[in-house]
Amino acid sequence: MQERTWAASEAPDSDAAVGGIEKYRLPLAVAAAVPVVLVLIYTVGDKDTGLVTQSVVTGLLLGGVYALVSIGLTLIFGVLGVINFAHGAMLSLSMFLVFWLTSTLGLPVYLATVVAVPLMLGFGFVVQGGLLNRLTVSGNHEGSLLVTLGLSLLITNVLLMIFGGRPLSVPGSLEGAWRVFGAIASYERLIAFGGALLVALALTLVLNKTSFGMCIRAVSANSQGAALVGVNVGRVYALTFGIGSACVAVAGGLLAPFLSLTPTVGEEFTILAFVIVVLGGLGSVVGAMVGGIVIGLVQTVGALYLPGTGSLILVFAVFVIVLLFRPQGIFGVTR
Amino acid sequence: MTRAVERPQDSVAAADDPRLKDNETRNAFVTLGVLAIVLAVLPFVLNERFESIAVLTLIFALMAVAWNLMSGFGGLFSFGHAAFFGIGAYVDAYLVVEYGISPWIAMLLGAALATLVGIAIAFLCLRYQLAGAYFALATFAFAQMFLLLVQNLEFLHKTEGFNLPILGGESFWMLQFRQGSDLYIWIPAAILVLALAGVILYVHSRPGQFVQAVRDDAVAAASLGINVMRTKLIAVGLSCALTAVAGAFYTQYYFFVGPQQAFGAQVSIEAIIPAVIGGIGTIWGPLVGALIVGPLAELIDSVLRDPPAFIGFLQGVAGLDVAIYAALLIVIVLFMPKGIYGTLKERWRR
Repeated sequence: MQERTWAASEAPDSDAAVGGIEKYRLPLAVAAAVPVVLVLIYTVGDKDTGLVTQSVVTGLLLGGVYALVSIGLTLIFGVLGVINFAHGAMLSLSMFLVFWLTSTLGLPVYLATVVAVPLMLGFGFVVQGGLLNRLTVSGNHEGSLLVTLGLSLLITNVLLMIFGGRPLSVPGSLEGAWRVFGAIASYERLIAFGGALLVALALTLVLNKTSFGMCIRAVSANSQGAALVGVNVGRVYALTFGIGSACVAVAGGLLAPFLSLTPTVGEEFTILAFVIVVLGGLGSVVGAMVGGIVIGLVQTVGALYLPGTGSLILVFAVFVIVLLFRPQGIFGVTR
Repeated sequence: MTRAVERPQDSVAAADDPRLKDNETRNAFVTLGVLAIVLAVLPFVLNERFESIAVLTLIFALMAVAWNLMSGFGGLFSFGHAAFFGIGAYVDAYLVVEYGISPWIAMLLGAALATLVGIAIAFLCLRYQLAGAYFALATFAFAQMFLLLVQNLEFLHKTEGFNLPILGGESFWMLQFRQGSDLYIWIPAAILVLALAGVILYVHSRPGQFVQAVRDDAVAAASLGINVMRTKLIAVGLSCALTAVAGAFYTQYYFFVGPQQAFGAQVSIEAIIPAVIGGIGTIWGPLVGALIVGPLAELIDSVLRDPPAFIGFLQGVAGLDVAIYAALLIVIVLFMPKGIYGTLKERWRR
């Protein structure tokens, strides 16, 4: 499921001996805590139930969006150890790419997304292969953080130069909403949620069932060992970054219909995506999914009690606590 | 360690050995003296129009020098210096607006608070052994938490921030002068010179040498009896205090401070970029970087207002300045990891 489990598949008895249930105690606890807290809020939370339902639905869908953005980041962070600070800017980039494809070529937005995916894959491949590989291989994490920071500023401001700062919207998207238990869920957000599930599933399959996925896992577990048995580590790094960017492209395409596009639209996701990735555990696709949904719920349901941006303080408090006491994340195993 | 070690029992001959003379500190202070003179005459030669650029550059320089103390010499990569800048800026604004206290005192109190907060954060991170990328993320998260906290606290005026009351006349005690006053350059310049003098002394002092030893090899340093935690926290405390002073001056100069100007992520970035461009872990690098980054925006602005023909299409386009220094940052990290000053210094020596 993630970094350490991959390592475990090479030495199956070492981790299994430590304990089967032990390992899943925290993930299970978190999974159980979420419904318990929700039930508590419904029964003794002293809020209108319709309101709570709406914020739960909104939170779930928002969580799906967060998960979608985080999946690419967790792969890059988990395998390469690179803090990709340009992640949000790349999200903006893919949204504007989709915008450009829809407005000039007249493609429907979801078809434009399909076109954007290979383009972003190539972009990520070039960025990692051309700029970051030297730093990654030598283990210079601060260096790659600075390069991605520069890249983030560069992308944002080049977008600003080309498209200007006025908010744009992607034309011709799907209208309408689905009513569930009196709450409203717009189709666009439902599609984004489904997209997140699909991407997570596809990525898990690629990582676990293909030989290329095995290369990624091998490089992640031990890059020197992987190089010794003939894996081209530099290329795996570049392709991993490319796949991470392709996930961002999917996210950008699915988010573009219901966000107004400014060059800084992706920035707020950068921070939250890091929170989610650390929460879920580095390199854990399932962790990113669960982390995204938990954070989405904390943000919207928390907003019932802490209005405005107050609920985000909770999110960061959770982040710092996880970072300090369990840096391997909820779905990570102690090193 | 080229520095002479104080050992009273040393024979006279050894003390006179020219190789043991502390030329580095002396040379640094000579350079600093020249810099002080240049900064002192700066307001006389500078067109009044450029005053704000000079002040901005000086604030950049202060932040970069401060960041470099912790992250360059101390090796603790902070991505959240906005927290300390913001604490300085808000303590100043709050005390001046609500209690009419002198900004000088507010500045010191802000520095003290920032130091405490910084040491607490760094202690937590180091205690739980967050290093490198994780340390950067944690500091970043703390800065974001402060931003959100300030945006939600009534007594800090939430997202509206503080406007400083404007006095009738000039007052050194209240740090207010007529617009375009030379003192607006002299004061941050004096703070910068003092800060650099402090950095020079610190870097060549025992705690300063220790922290560099710890940065280069913590295990080896600890085995020689250096208290790793304490040396690191000293660097963090100094860095946070100086950053807070820069924040307080920012509030005083602009008469306004809001959550984004004080605690926004771009503030942390503004502390990092000049230091990286100039040269991490060098005394003069952050200053060199600030001299490049500070005036860049205005320079590009004036070029674009009346652009030469070959870049005519860029007229009136926003964002070019940041794009340029972002590209500069990437190029420098990849090809000159020691920064402009660090690389030049190495060339010079060869």
